[in-house]
Amino acid sequence: MFTFALYFSAIVLLLASFSRDKKRTKMSLKKSWKALENILPQFLSIILVIGITLAMLSPQEINNLIGRQSGWIGMLIASILGSVTLIPGFVAFPLTAALYKNGGGLMQIAVFISTLMAVGIVTLPVEVKYFGRKVSIIRNGLAFVYCFIVAMLMGGFLT
Amino acid sequence: MKLLLKKYKFFIALTIINFLLAIFYPAVGKKSIEISTNSLIEMFIIVPPIFLLLGLFDVWVPREIIIKLMGENSGLLGISLALLLGSFSAGPLYAAFPVAAVLMNKGCKFSNILLFVGAWATTKIPMLLFEAGSMGWSFMLTRLLINIPGIIFMSYIVEMFVADKEKQLIYQKGLSL
Repeated sequence: MFTFALYFSAIVLLLASFSRDKKRTKMSLKKSWKALENILPQFLSIILVIGITLAMLSPQEINNLIGRQSGWIGMLIASILGSVTLIPGFVAFPLTAALYKNGGGLMQIAVFISTLMAVGIVTLPVEVKYFGRKVSIIRNGLAFVYCFIVAMLMGGFLT
Repeated sequence: MKLLLKKYKFFIALTIINFLLAIFYPAVGKKSIEISTNSLIEMFIIVPPIFLLLGLFDVWVPREIIIKLMGENSGLLGISLALLLGSFSAGPLYAAFPVAAVLMNKGCKFSNILLFVGAWATTKIPMLLFEAGSMGWSFMLTRLLINIPGIIFMSYIVEMFVADKEKQLIYQKGLSL
């Protein structure tokens, strides 16, 4: 649905651009291609890393590691798992929902989801390419710490 | 050809690892190829419109407008726009960085760029809907409400850590990407 809207707006704007100024549209397409081509090797590598890590780490194993009884250690493991893995939302949320229903801890799940979104170890090389090493490390470090704050607040509010 | 090989060296190495896995650990290797293929399809579906829009944005939106809307003195407006722009996105976080580079070219304030990246990571609307569907609305809304002040706060903190000179260097690098 959202993807459809994205395609729709891209095509409509592209047509509008083409009818206004062909040369400029050509420039824009060149820019799009250059930007994509520049980052494509990293994108493809990330996708393979996701495949390999997820193949070795089954949902069952994640469940064992961050179950309800796992406490602070579980939270730490959940945060590390969330930081190093890159799982798309449509895979991650059904997984966490199943974890939660089967007695997974809320705080562990919250810290897992938060780090999954905000901290990216696998994507760090891409981030460094655009933001430099210092900014990337500070951003990911701060985000990692904040994920624990999010999890603890959520634990407080929702249980 | 040599350049191409160099650019794709990690990808080639990982592909080889994947095939070795498939040979020696068929179960893991097969699953890994399956997951990679799915992610690849996802990428090829979501990435083209993002980059098309990025190109159009680059040639049609004048620098002055972005400086005015999201530049150094854009204040609350810049913050809101950065949040909205990041939230109305789709796709994995790594697709956000090329867009961030275009924002740099257009003179967007650094903290607003970081905020845009933060929003892309944590408050993307399609993801929020999915999250609400599987974890429940109270889980999603609580996380969202805690995250919004967090990403705003963090964008300022990170900008504080970076000297003007370093910022210039990052912006220049963005220009060449």
